[in-house]
Amino acid sequence: MEVTITVNGTPVTSEIEPRKLLVHFVREDAGLRGTHWGCDTSNCGTCVLWVDGSPVKSCTMLAAQADGHEVTTVEGLEQGGVLDPIQQGFIECHGLQCGFCTPGMMMTGRWLLDNNPNPSEAEIRDCISGQICRCTGYKNIVASIQWAAEHPATSEVTA
Amino acid sequence: MTAVEEVPLSAAGNPIGFGSMRRVEDARFVRGQGNYVDDVNLPGMLHSAILRSPHAHARIVSIDAAAAEALPGVVAVITGKILEGIPRPSLLGDNFAWMPTLSYDTQAVLATDKVRFQGQEVAYVIAESRYIAKDALELIDVEYEILEPVMDAKRALDAGAPIIRDDKGQTDNSITDVHGNKTWESGNAESTAAAIAAAKADPNCVVVTQEIMYPRVHPAPMETCGSVSYLDKVTGQLTMYTTTQAPHAHRTVYAMVAGLPEQKIRIISPDIGGGFGNKVPVYPGYVLSVIGTIVTGKPVKWIEDRGENLVSTGFARDYHMTASIAATKEGKILAVDVDVLADHGAFNGVAQPTNYPAGFFNIFSGSYDYADAHCKVTPVYTNKAPGGVAYACSFRITEAAYVIERVVDCLAQELQMDPAELRLKNLLRPEQFPYLSPTGWEYDSGEYEKTMRVAMEMAGYDELRREQAEKRAKGEYMGIGISFFTEGVGAGPRRDMDILGLGMADGIELRVHPTGKAQLRLSVQSQGQGHETTFAQIVAHELGIPPEDIEVLHGDTDNTPFGLGTYGSRSTPVSGAAASVVARKVRDRARIVAAAALECAPDDLDWELGRWYVKGDRERGKTIAEIALLSHSSLELPEGVEGHLDATAVYNPPSLTYPYGCYICVVDVDPGTGQVKVRRFIAVDDCGTRINPMIVEGQVHGGLADGVGMALMELIAFDSDGNNLGGSFMDYLLPTAVECPDWELGETVTPSPHHPIGAKGVGESATVGSPAAVVNAVIDALSPFGVRHADMPLTPANVWRAIQGNAMRVDMAIE
Ligand code: FES
Ligand code: FES
Repeated sequence: MEVTITVNGTPVTSEIEPRKLLVHFVREDAGLRGTHWGCDTSNCGTCVLWVDGSPVKSCTMLAAQADGHEVTTVEGLEQGGVLDPIQQGFIECHGLQCGFCTPGMMMTGRWLLDNNPNPSEAEIRDCISGQICRCTGYKNIVASIQWAAEHPATSEVTA
Repeated sequence: MTAVEEVPLSAAGNPIGFGSMRRVEDARFVRGQGNYVDDVNLPGMLHSAILRSPHAHARIVSIDAAAAEALPGVVAVITGKILEGIPRPSLLGDNFAWMPTLSYDTQAVLATDKVRFQGQEVAYVIAESRYIAKDALELIDVEYEILEPVMDAKRALDAGAPIIRDDKGQTDNSITDVHGNKTWESGNAESTAAAIAAAKADPNCVVVTQEIMYPRVHPAPMETCGSVSYLDKVTGQLTMYTTTQAPHAHRTVYAMVAGLPEQKIRIISPDIGGGFGNKVPVYPGYVLSVIGTIVTGKPVKWIEDRGENLVSTGFARDYHMTASIAATKEGKILAVDVDVLADHGAFNGVAQPTNYPAGFFNIFSGSYDYADAHCKVTPVYTNKAPGGVAYACSFRITEAAYVIERVVDCLAQELQMDPAELRLKNLLRPEQFPYLSPTGWEYDSGEYEKTMRVAMEMAGYDELRREQAEKRAKGEYMGIGISFFTEGVGAGPRRDMDILGLGMADGIELRVHPTGKAQLRLSVQSQGQGHETTFAQIVAHELGIPPEDIEVLHGDTDNTPFGLGTYGSRSTPVSGAAASVVARKVRDRARIVAAAALECAPDDLDWELGRWYVKGDRERGKTIAEIALLSHSSLELPEGVEGHLDATAVYNPPSLTYPYGCYICVVDVDPGTGQVKVRRFIAVDDCGTRINPMIVEGQVHGGLADGVGMALMELIAFDSDGNNLGGSFMDYLLPTAVECPDWELGETVTPSPHHPIGAKGVGESATVGSPAAVVNAVIDALSPFGVRHADMPLTPANVWRAIQGNAMRVDMAIE
């Protein structure tokens, strides 16, 4: 079947099998490999991206279900050469080590701040609790999201 | 940061030397531009999938792959029978069906005779897409004759137990190491037995004996294992992108396995999504991708599913331990004896130094001052996945630290003594270092009591005990757990440490280009540790050039010198030392070049950060950048001095380094549900010099989460039919942000006297040290119920049963 999914503002049309997962569409058809895959059971959250502005585990959704919808991935965070504060926050606060969970964590973190600009630590922890990080013990991920909350319009590009 | 003299900053604001700085690698990761193995796509690349055994122990009667082969899009189906027919010109047997493990055992690449664990590799499909490859697996018809499996390590050596390794002509399920030993002992058996017997007979002494299991767990990095292999038939070059923590060691193993010339093998380990020891061994899947490209002539990608990762790749622990501790009634520890039954699964696939078949478990005597210690480890085969040394274990020091810290708490309970007081009475004193342990380790440096006092101060220990007493009076169950651990890391001295005969020294290469910018080529491979940042800082510290001027290259065997890889917390102790040594070589050469340019003798020059200058005349000097250009110029150099500022080094560590720490955990337990909440966790680590404190703390945070996970939820258990009960993230539970507290970190800094920069390594400290703190806290909470011990994981069900006086055996399903 043919689907057209707008990924980070660019329509991507592809002939796919109906069973193709959205995560595979994004990685293979759209060629954006920042969205990762880490489990068979929708537990890890390395695949989190946005569909129509809300976080979705893209291993849990068929590409066909996203036909005609807008997908935003980690590659869509940076705008005009300026990192999003959430990206800057992860750099400033050492919110990542191996980087595998990071895109998913940042997509969830950005969405949280868009909906709750000043979340408490408990709210942040709750919001990312559907995602696993094996490296950081979460403390610095929480700090990174807090940093982004405190620097909503950073334009300082240091990396 | 402590005790580091003022470090100047570069124009970019980075420390020219040690101190926290942002990581170089983050720029690509936050943009989604990392390059992990599954991100590698080569022209014409095929995909693949592995058919795995549903049974733990079964004879293969027949495999019918005709329907799979007929599926459109399938390129090849490979079985063990086919591999048996491929002759292999190598020392390791004459065909491809078997491969060596890192412990001189053999492991089936694809099963030929029998399957020996659930999830074992049985057939391999190569197809045009990963969806088609998976479809084809469903079409392969394997007839099995089911055999009785050996799932309980405690019964593996029973007379009449089914024989697992009949392929080797075994008549029982014992494991024999390369030296011919079936058990591995350390320490002094006689003196320890005598000390324990004497204590038993002495009314002023006690002996406490406790069975303590460290159950099977899995490192479960977020990125599963995989590889993309391509053999160019014209050039004979094999290029392999693969998830390995040890690219050079893997290259050598593939040369041995495939009989390919080693100079034609290039291993590229790009960005790695976490390793924790899971990516040290060579797995059948990697070898199959090589066979896949040999058979098809095309690049072949193999990426494992999460379920495959959990059921078939390197597990960790599975140590059944019985520990006896003897002490005076005043709390002076006299002796410790540990007997271990070690479950190694169906193939002895542990990755550890050859002379240490139980890893460094024999460091179990811990951080305390006593003379008599002994351990005996008996390894057995079972019908479970192979592995054993993984999950940030520092070669089994996790098990060692856990058993001693748990049994010391059992002793405290027996003596009705505060566990902090008991530890303080027995900790090694600073003047005892270097300290020779009863099992032969030479601890390099430590100020243990100081570190413990810092942790107690941070925790507000006395106040916590008061709060606990008040809560107990109200029927609330709060627990406080302490763990004091010592690790030996940085393997290791070549005189007695090797893996498969490869000594554990690390090569390194530093090139200073004519403009004074440098490239450092490492043998070790980062899986998130931030080597591109910290190794640049080491060179910056030695040469005084900004870290941003130093590019760190790693993870490509064609572009880096040989070394054994990143595991056992060895990158900083071994390759970090190598970086320092090679930079000092460059600095020495720079001195000669500068002397030639300044027309003086090298001895007339003094060093200040980044510059050689004439003694007594600071104005006359040359910076490293100036010297770099001069070293390429027509400047005449003394006889025998080569130009350029490039250098190589191989660092053979004189000894191990011994990081240590004191951890305190505070939990609240709901006795009605058995639910444990980790309220606080205080971690004071002493890893010697800290190159980048931000990264050190990040390493500790990650390990603390591991400890909470293992103590409370992570488990690979089996039922008696051999089914793996932890084969998905629905069953193998990992801690999330809500189970982890806001870690409270502290530090002391006792540099290693024999490491060039005094750094000891920290990558695994927290994973090693934290489980005991959590368990000790939970048991402390439950002590009013008379609970002295319960095995990890302390799930609500297990805690509840412990409260009922009926703690359960965790490694087997209750039937
Ligand atoms: S891949 Fe694990 S939740 Fe999507
Ligand atoms: S940074 Fe490695 S999994 Fe989160």
